[in-house]
Amino acid sequence: MKKRMFLKLSASAALALSIGAVQAAETLKIGAVAPKTGGLAGGAVVSFWPNVKLWAHDVNTRGGLDVGGTKYMVEIIEYDDQTNPGETIKAVQRLATQDKADFILAPYSTGLNIAAAPVYARYGYPMITHTAISDQVEELSNKFPNMYFTLGGASGLAEGVVDVLSAMKANGDIGNRVAMVNVADAFGIELAERAEPSMKAAGFDIVYKTSYPLGTQDLSPVVKGAKDANPDAFVAFSYPPDTFGLTKQAVVESLNVKAFYTAVATAFPAYAGANGAAANNVLGAGGVNADDPDFQAYMKRHEEVTGEKPDFWASGMVYASFQILEQAIEATDSIDRKVVSEYIANNDFDTLMGKISWDENNNNSAYWTVGQWQDGVFKGVASTGREGAVAPRLKQGWE
Amino acid sequence: MGILITGLLLGGTYALIAMGLNLQYGMSRIMNLANGEILVAGGFAAFWFWTAGSLSPLLTIFILAPVAFVVNWLIYVIILRPLVKRARSRGQLEVDAILTTFGLSFVAVGIMLATFGGDYFSYSYLLSPVELWSETYALNRILAFVAAVIICGALYLWLNISRAGMSIRAIAVSPDSSRLVGIDVPKLAALAFALGGAVTAVGGALISTFLTLDASTGVIFTLKALVIVIMGGVGDVRGTIVAALLLGVLETFVARLIDPGLTLAAAYLLFILILLFRPQGLFGRRQS
Repeated sequence: MKKRMFLKLSASAALALSIGAVQAAETLKIGAVAPKTGGLAGGAVVSFWPNVKLWAHDVNTRGGLDVGGTKYMVEIIEYDDQTNPGETIKAVQRLATQDKADFILAPYSTGLNIAAAPVYARYGYPMITHTAISDQVEELSNKFPNMYFTLGGASGLAEGVVDVLSAMKANGDIGNRVAMVNVADAFGIELAERAEPSMKAAGFDIVYKTSYPLGTQDLSPVVKGAKDANPDAFVAFSYPPDTFGLTKQAVVESLNVKAFYTAVATAFPAYAGANGAAANNVLGAGGVNADDPDFQAYMKRHEEVTGEKPDFWASGMVYASFQILEQAIEATDSIDRKVVSEYIANNDFDTLMGKISWDENNNNSAYWTVGQWQDGVFKGVASTGREGAVAPRLKQGWE
Repeated sequence: MGILITGLLLGGTYALIAMGLNLQYGMSRIMNLANGEILVAGGFAAFWFWTAGSLSPLLTIFILAPVAFVVNWLIYVIILRPLVKRARSRGQLEVDAILTTFGLSFVAVGIMLATFGGDYFSYSYLLSPVELWSETYALNRILAFVAAVIICGALYLWLNISRAGMSIRAIAVSPDSSRLVGIDVPKLAALAFALGGAVTAVGGALISTFLTLDASTGVIFTLKALVIVIMGGVGDVRGTIVAALLLGVLETFVARLIDPGLTLAAAYLLFILILLFRPQGLFGRRQS
């Protein structure tokens, strides 16, 4: 009895002490809004949420952010927007007015970022997007001067594919027959529209072209149609479920192409997990400098802290966008949003994805466009000015 | 020929998706909007057993079916039976069931997110080509089709030959009169609901061998199942099978010969035509 009493007392004393210790450091409230449910949840739980956890862990185990000698621990306030733009807006508003968040991380995906941008602007939060891909960067950054873009634009991604194929064609590795398909959704349509004229200008013959609805459960007609056209390269501007589905179908049909490209989610670890050896030499949207020690250290930490593997495209950029915020706060010794915003606008940042600098539209104009699975790692093979690209390889069957 | 077989294979998949809902809606009169979540949960189980224990989905379904049966039976007895008891008319029960199971679907998504995470899950199982009449098909789809044939055939025979099956059909036609001839309606309704859940979960396990799922995809399957059940006629196993095959063949036909972009449009056109000319569904009974 006595012993238990003692334990209780010491436990409460320890608790009081630890509370005291925490209170000695200030806390910085950081809002995070992204899908945990709904259509984009599958992407957000791979690329976004683990990085929020990792970043908070990294900052807090270091003892917090150093703002002019005072240590600030970060406290994350999370909201699930259910992949619904209305909910994103509500959650950001709530973070700004009710939770009084000091900073709010940018939401996930192009659509949700554009939806929430006016709210960030109204309350003066810097919005460093990490997963917004748009060709309306100029218009957006004029309207919302606090909005920054890091992951690239649709035309860059589409041009990247054409460049990679053109290089293969110039080497005499592939002919000029391309099958091009896309998911009938904003992203797929936009990329296909950009790619088509560039393909033709580069001397490619588009021998099969079609689109399919989002959520198509049997993609075998698409792959069979492509196969009948006997292409040298297969390009699909696809979304996650169909990226997996097209690949599986290509394996079944043993679609014999020298270049096989699928877009979103090709860079996900689940893609390699699901397809095993068949994933080797598959091209996909995105990429990283996988040989960079900074990135490798990040990958290791990501897996240790969150138990999940990062993807080879957006994950690193999500974390890099948090690094930008972190560096701006520490460099200005301020948690005043105006001061921090101004610093972000006028400086370059060293992140795990390399150096990030802004053009006149607050856009990071040097980004990865195409990557390729090479022996279990998805490596960047084309970019708009990033270092570390490796040479693309030809697809050698599906075994 | 190739189109027809591809279409039939897709139809088999659709039958797997819709058969459970048909049992639940047709027989026990619960419009179960959480049906898709049960399907995804079945797929999760198959994925987990395959990646963690290398257990083939074909064996997993024998564990999954009884577990899903018990879980669905509990859902019916604990959550849905009170609704059945207090409902004064079929319409009221339908509204209550829709609202309740809609809520349940969110709970199910939440539970799956908490236990499995929201990542996409996909694995390769029997992903090998099979050649039939000089066209290739995926072995896992053929397998799912065969399973669909077995499940649907067994259900059809059971409902038409066994005493319990016929009693269930009786309560589908008229729950009130069935009681007059000594059928234990509450017990059989629970049985039908649980059976429907088990069929859906098994379907999910089979489908997960070729479709990529995540915790939030259930609603897509619920919608597809709803369309098929209503097209085929509520409460009729044959109707669901015919509607599923019809839809599969039509979608493949359009995708191969016209444009893959028009599959959804064609599917819903067929749906509208059936609703216009046979609102009770292909095999449905006209409600008096």
